Amino acid sequence: MNFTWFNLMPWPDLPSDLRENHRSVWVDLDSRLFDPVRGHHVYNDYLDLLEFADQVGFDGVGVNEHHQNGYGLMPSPNLMAAALARRTTNAALVVLGNSLALYNPPIRVAEEFAMLDVISGGRLVAGFPVGSSMDTNYCYGQIPALLREKYKEAHDLVIRAWTEPDPFAFNGSYTQLRYVNIWPRPLQQPHPPVHIPGGGSVETYDFCIDHTYSYSYLSFSGYRRAGQLMKGYWNAVERRGVDDSPYRAGFAQTICVADTDAEAERLYAKHVDYFYNRCLHVPPAFADAPGYRTIKTIGAGVLSQYSSDNRYDQLSWRDLVDGGHVIAGSPDTVRERLEDLIKSLRVGNLFCLLHVGDMPKELCKHSTQLFADKVMPGLRDVWPEYADDNRFWPVPLPERAIPMTAAAVVP
Amino acid sequence: MTAATATFASAPAGSASALMVETRTADIEVLTAGSEGPDIVFLHGVLGLEPDSDFLRVLGARTRVFAPLLPGFGAAPDAPLVRTMLDFTLLMLDVVEALPVVDPILVGHCLGGMIAAEMAAIAPKEIRRLALIAPLGLWLDDHQILDVFAMTPREITDAWYVDGARQGVPDLDDPVQLEAALIRNARQLGTAGKLLFPIPDRGLRSRLPRVKASSVLIWGAEDRYVPPVYAAAFRELLSRSSTTLVQEAGHMVIEEQPEAVADAIAGLFESSFLTGVNP
Repeated sequence: MNFTWFNLMPWPDLPSDLRENHRSVWVDLDSRLFDPVRGHHVYNDYLDLLEFADQVGFDGVGVNEHHQNGYGLMPSPNLMAAALARRTTNAALVVLGNSLALYNPPIRVAEEFAMLDVISGGRLVAGFPVGSSMDTNYCYGQIPALLREKYKEAHDLVIRAWTEPDPFAFNGSYTQLRYVNIWPRPLQQPHPPVHIPGGGSVETYDFCIDHTYSYSYLSFSGYRRAGQLMKGYWNAVERRGVDDSPYRAGFAQTICVADTDAEAERLYAKHVDYFYNRCLHVPPAFADAPGYRTIKTIGAGVLSQYSSDNRYDQLSWRDLVDGGHVIAGSPDTVRERLEDLIKSLRVGNLFCLLHVGDMPKELCKHSTQLFADKVMPGLRDVWPEYADDNRFWPVPLPERAIPMTAAAVVP
Repeated sequence: MTAATATFASAPAGSASALMVETRTADIEVLTAGSEGPDIVFLHGVLGLEPDSDFLRVLGARTRVFAPLLPGFGAAPDAPLVRTMLDFTLLMLDVVEALPVVDPILVGHCLGGMIAAEMAAIAPKEIRRLALIAPLGLWLDDHQILDVFAMTPREITDAWYVDGARQGVPDLDDPVQLEAALIRNARQLGTAGKLLFPIPDRGLRSRLPRVKASSVLIWGAEDRYVPPVYAAAFRELLSRSSTTLVQEAGHMVIEEQPEAVADAIAGLFESSFLTGVNP
């Protein structure tokens, strides 16, 4: 198993009347709600937590990309990964990821990911989400019906930029370049492992299988509901006749650990409630721009997880835990539920959302430490037959540079 | 060798019309109405066009109407090769060329008006008479056009009709209606988005002065989507145009006051290429 500590980086001070008095947490959320002085401390707390996760033995630390979003403060995940590259030692830098159609030209992704890979000594996981409709269409103005075609072209350009050693011309519909010849080149060869965070589009399965990428399902509806979607993926794997290594798949799960189940509710319920009640507030108008989803995906019954069908705000702690949206409780409880998740979804990569909502730093460290000490060790070797599958995880340099410390500079 | 061929016999399953035009980039279904009078080619708007539309019937009483359905509207397959304003403009010029029309009056409503205006600008010698009904294509910062891609069906009908409450909308709590609505939107608004998203402007402003056609601008006085102030903006850039403001009508003026719209179009019947257009 690969355990990645992951945080969406929500703004912790969203007002309690968000649902009533603001139409959306995303796209046009009142910018006056962001206080840069508070933000200074918020970002630094979150970076502290990611570094802590590296120290206590997580396999990876994860960042992602959202725009104009009150629950995701990372419009540039690469800036966060850069902040972590020198202050983490062993953890993979899991950038989940660069929404390719939003980078102009796309070779900027190839270049920045190469820089991260080289500076970190080969610890990068390259994520290429298509990106949500909120991010790509409403914030970044991409034409919905053309987005996937633009993404695909950008992907092909990035992979060629990484793998073709001589300068080449690229005459695409969305990008035209005469001399593609990026410097630096990625350290990992042929390129860093690629993960595709998906939200349910059926075309993504075959894309991952075609390119030997890991398919990650990132959903707030929890692992019980994810079963059907992951089954669709594993059916595609079987249909295509490729191996069924669990590292072909990943899943993000909200996790809260305390000494007892009751203690978990006492400590974490209000922060979980903050997330589900205030953070997942997107009006139907912004959920999926027309043309964003393919007809095939709509026909498969996949609705936006932001659709008003999913009324998370009406779910209690009990509902969220029983429904698998949140795995919370004592280390034993959490380990049991996770084992059920890991085996029923067949995933080798787990993205552990251990920070939730407006959880304060020290409380999150408590949960994280318990997880690292008492949950992770018992789950590490769930897939012993695939221990040597390194296609979907970094293979870093064995000897890496040790950053100079500040103390060494003081005269 | 022609760019497009019109076939009268075949039509896609589920289509009410009997006319298909095959072009290099798309197959286009064409609704027809009427048999006598001047030829009209009518390009519909974002909400599409039904074969039993009142407007088609009213126009058909006085003219011979050919109404091509844009890709994504109607039963013909979608057209992934048609992406840009130029693609749509050339596609429709190819369709007009293939139709059995003589010196047609090109009429466009809403999104169709945007395309019709571009056609008249790109091919000023071919398009000699032009009727634009609340066309899209210009953007005024002080009078910003509503974002239909961020509006619910109820919000759209309320904005587009004078009496929006009388219009039915799909019940999105019913999963069957929801899926049908999502698929229809993906096709229709997905296509419309290629020209209108995120801002309904593809540079027409710089090309409109090329139009040599005799033009009429027709607007619902209560249009809350493309407000009548846009008529003045079009008028400024079109050298040979007149404006008709239709009372008790909003953006869907062709449905709300079809006779008044047809009257305004009829003002072009007597114009011909001899009036101010270089042959």
